[in-house]
Amino acid sequence: MSESEVMETQKPKAKLGTFLRIIKTLFSYYPVLLPITAFCFIFTAAVSSIPPLFFQQVISVIQDSIHTGDWATAKPVILSRLSILALFYLLAVISIAICRQLIVVITQGFLYRIRRAMFDGMQGLLIRYFDTHKHGDIMSHYTNDTDTMRQLISESLPMLLQSAVIVITVFFVMLYFCIWLTILVVIGVIAMLFVTRKLGGGSAQYFKRQQKSLGEVEGYIQEMINGQRVIKVFNYESQAGADFARINDVLYEHSYRANAYSNMLGPIIINIGNVLYVLVAMLGGLLLISNAPNISLSGLPMGISIVVPFLNMTKQFTGNVNTVAQQVNSIVMGLAGAERVFMLMDEEPETDDGYVTLVNAKIQPDGTITETTERTGQWAWRHPHSDETVTYTPLAGDVILDHVDFSYEEDNPVLFDITVHAKPGQKVAFVGATGAGKTTITNLINRYYDISDGKIRYDGININKIKKGDLRRSLGIVLQDTHLFSGTVIDNIRYGRLDATDEECIAAAKLAGADGFITRLPDGYQTVLYGNGANLSQGQRQLIAIARAAVADPPVMILDEATSSIDTRTEAIVQRGMDQLMKGRTVFVIAHRLSTVMNSDVIIVLDNGRIIERGSHDELIAQRGTYYRLYTGAFELE
Amino acid sequence: MYKTLLKSVGKYKKTATATPVIIAAETVIEALIPFTTAKLVNEIKGGCDYSVIVKYGAMLFIMACLSLVLGGAAGYTSAIAACGFARNLRRDMFYKVQTYSFENIDKFSSSSLVTRMTTDVTYVQHAFLTVIRLAIRSPLVFLFAIIMAYIMGGSLSAMFVVIVPLLAFGLFMITKKAMPAFRSVFRKYDRMNESIEENVIAIRAVKGFAREEYEKQKFNNAALEIKRDFTKAERIVALTAPLMQSCIYLNMLIVLFFGSKIAISSMGVDLDVGQISAMLTYGIQILISLNMLSMVYVILTISVESIRRISEVLEEVPVITNPKDPIYEVKDGSVDFIGVNFKYSAHAERYALQNINLHIKSGETVGILGGTGSGKSSLVQLIPRLYDVTEGVVKVGGIDVRKYDLETLRNNVAVVLQKNVLFSGTIKENLLWGNENATDEEIREACRLACADEFINSFPDGYNTKIEQGGTNVSGGQKQRLTIARALLKKPKILILDDSTSAVDTRTDAKIRHSFREYIPSTTKIIIAQRIASVIDADKIVVMDGGSIVDIGTHAELIERCEIYRETYDQQIKKSRSSAANVGV
Repeated sequence: MSESEVMETQKPKAKLGTFLRIIKTLFSYYPVLLPITAFCFIFTAAVSSIPPLFFQQVISVIQDSIHTGDWATAKPVILSRLSILALFYLLAVISIAICRQLIVVITQGFLYRIRRAMFDGMQGLLIRYFDTHKHGDIMSHYTNDTDTMRQLISESLPMLLQSAVIVITVFFVMLYFCIWLTILVVIGVIAMLFVTRKLGGGSAQYFKRQQKSLGEVEGYIQEMINGQRVIKVFNYESQAGADFARINDVLYEHSYRANAYSNMLGPIIINIGNVLYVLVAMLGGLLLISNAPNISLSGLPMGISIVVPFLNMTKQFTGNVNTVAQQVNSIVMGLAGAERVFMLMDEEPETDDGYVTLVNAKIQPDGTITETTERTGQWAWRHPHSDETVTYTPLAGDVILDHVDFSYEEDNPVLFDITVHAKPGQKVAFVGATGAGKTTITNLINRYYDISDGKIRYDGININKIKKGDLRRSLGIVLQDTHLFSGTVIDNIRYGRLDATDEECIAAAKLAGADGFITRLPDGYQTVLYGNGANLSQGQRQLIAIARAAVADPPVMILDEATSSIDTRTEAIVQRGMDQLMKGRTVFVIAHRLSTVMNSDVIIVLDNGRIIERGSHDELIAQRGTYYRLYTGAFELE
Repeated sequence: MYKTLLKSVGKYKKTATATPVIIAAETVIEALIPFTTAKLVNEIKGGCDYSVIVKYGAMLFIMACLSLVLGGAAGYTSAIAACGFARNLRRDMFYKVQTYSFENIDKFSSSSLVTRMTTDVTYVQHAFLTVIRLAIRSPLVFLFAIIMAYIMGGSLSAMFVVIVPLLAFGLFMITKKAMPAFRSVFRKYDRMNESIEENVIAIRAVKGFAREEYEKQKFNNAALEIKRDFTKAERIVALTAPLMQSCIYLNMLIVLFFGSKIAISSMGVDLDVGQISAMLTYGIQILISLNMLSMVYVILTISVESIRRISEVLEEVPVITNPKDPIYEVKDGSVDFIGVNFKYSAHAERYALQNINLHIKSGETVGILGGTGSGKSSLVQLIPRLYDVTEGVVKVGGIDVRKYDLETLRNNVAVVLQKNVLFSGTIKENLLWGNENATDEEIREACRLACADEFINSFPDGYNTKIEQGGTNVSGGQKQRLTIARALLKKPKILILDDSTSAVDTRTDAKIRHSFREYIPSTTKIIIAQRIASVIDADKIVVMDGGSIVDIGTHAELIERCEIYRETYDQQIKKSRSSAANVGV
């Protein structure tokens, strides 16, 4: 399939749209610099195509004087021509220098802004996006796709522009000299374009396939390397090796074809250029000898001073066609990369219609609440109403789920009619089998996902009215999978509240029972963590996550299997801290270890998205229902 | 370092060596083309016989065809050689990693191994291609062009003595300034990408703490720095183009001025118009070849780091290998630890295990309890030789584990690891890892034992349900049960569960243990657990603390005499029982 056909089958309009969008984006970033750079490139191209005119004059002077041998008379003429030539050369060098500097600035500036736009946009996306896209795929927008765009902007586009200008200018200069030779060159160029279409198209096809198999190979390597220990345990080494060899060979097939096509394109185009050169020389010679009448813009008669520069122009012309041909792959891949980057940027962002905000408050003796900018330790919800009055509700941590239904995908509901009231300071536990919907409920309270039906109220305010950031700030979450960031331990704890002092962070760590192991780390609190805290055990990571939540000091806490990886002895140590942490707060607990949930005020037993039992531990035991069976299940062996 | 890598060229040696040879031939012809062209131009200029023009034209035509064929062939062979080299490198690294023991894997992080096998290989492939295509070509072009220029231009070629060093010096300065700048910005660039990835993975934490703005700010700083550094480095490199052009233009001016002087003064004897134009062509060739040479240098320098990282993987010596005259049969499932001391690497300060003496009879169920870092996992990993003891002996079936054939040993000792993984593929494919010849009936049986059949059957596609990469579409508890079933399919003599039921609910956990007792009584079962309930009925319970065995005994014995055990028990069970008792259980 030829290259243009490939493009056509893949919505040429979309490609053109992507191309125009790149230009538009570039223009919006650099409304002044971009036209200047473009002009500079055109200028450079134009300036580079003028010298042959003077070049020809020098040659003709030599031609005239060579029989007389009179250097003295020829010298001033040649010098004057050469100084004009030198002037043009100087202009060309200066404008090339400027172009190159400008394009570096523009490319890097563009990449910077695109990266930022991607990242900022990404921060605003729904959790759903991250749950439904592979991390590797998201990452490749930042690495591979951005890189193809760099190539496109810094090299392909300027070359394309420059070559186009040179080709057009040279074309007219050729017409200026001789129409017959020009026609010959045009025929040759058509042949080149034909080859480019055939070979370049094949190459682009294989480059795309190469890209795809490269992704597969990378995915396989990633999966196998991460599971390397399991491979060892199962003696699966040779099998894994054989599977890898198979997909690795497919990658090889595609990549060598892709590279062979693109490697061959250069020599073929160049040599068509050489043949063309010969043909021009021969036709030129024929025209000279036969004294054929010349047709040209200049009206010059046919002569050696036309044929020699014409030969140079042929080289220049074909050289530029070659340059364009070489860029075909980069352009196809660059546009594809840009399309994917734009797709990420166009992703529907998380909307936030909340207008109720969390503010520092002072509660007056008479009970009225006033807003303040300083940190008072007391918070209030600032609730503006449509009649432009503002009311303040103290932050208490009263959470009500009122007949809540939810589904991740339409037609597949996972929660039915959930009603829960957690009063300030209460501990509410969710118990149930995996998939019963425990974690989903917490995803709804902090609005990672929005409920399908019903209402959730926080301190009496519908959470849809609360600004998401403020809502989440008022909720502390410790998840089963803890995520730590590269940086020091203390910075990771401080992540909970950025203005926390070192003392506050250490106090939080002590509360969480993390102080002990942290002080034993090589650099204590200043120990640098990397790769999601890979140098710590799962349990230690959870302790840091608990400290991080403690330093945030929110009125409501959600602990989703927060202590699952902490062994029970350590948990006993942490327990005091946890109790301390939970005191005075509304807490939602999810844990499969019943010892963790037993002392909750309310235990809610979920089954397939429905609440089947609720009550205190004693009440539920007395009911002799599912909870009772679950609870006693641990001892059924006795 | 280079030698290690070059071994991987393997069967592509032929194309790899053919490429420079073909390219050398192509280069010769390429040098002859302007030479002949000059002759042709002179003929035209001389206005001589048309047949002479045809003769030179035909010669040129043949040369162009030859050059086309050679150039195409070189393009083809070089693509095969470079892509084949990359293919072999990836394969060799992958195979090598398969021979690694756990200690070797610990040394490299997984993500660094992945980078080495992907990005680094791409760099090396590119460098290899550049070397076989340009490293021979550009010096040759340079040489030929100089010689031809001398033949054509005589004394005029002396000008290259000025221009060539000028360009060489300029290129050298640019490279010297740009390289360190690039190296440092590449490192920063990698770090930025790592932190993006971190952010993607930890998005729940970011949003949970409403840290989007903070993250944006952090990213902006990193991105700004990258932009600044890259701009700085690339602006230096951007000087190459004007430098190159200046030299070419200078060359043209000199050739035109002195050329015309010589030509006119000698009335075309010493130099003619054709020679002048050939001089221009050779001049450009000389300068371009110099530029290419500097590119080769840059690409090689950039890839040195990748070459080093790849050779590290290939040169790594696997710590655990098969013994000479290995034993291919494991007699029974007894395990003995005799005076075992163990540390993870020779230069680790702390022993992970100290003075371990433990005897497990074939068919026993043994529970291991202990806090985080007490050495439970380290202990069981010595049994299938995932690590080797530092001192002492571990015996399986009465024979030192180091005397067994590794595959035999590991087939008989099945470990369900704490950090376990499922692979993309169907459930059945994952289970077949345990025994690739297992029948459907055997698979179902193993799943019944592991209490996995129920949920598998509840899936619409049953055993053919696709597991996504990392097993993200099954719950933690389901994943654990699948990994237990997978291990059971091996029909091992010893089954080790390293905290493998932590996400399984207590009832299922009990059911699994029940079926172990019922259906695989002769298999030795070693169970590491957090929950006392999981080990309470074991034949013996090993209590560990700080890398040593504190006590060994049955539940009844330990509750009497072992304080740590009692403490744990109280914490987990007594309290709940007493509260249960309150409501009359």
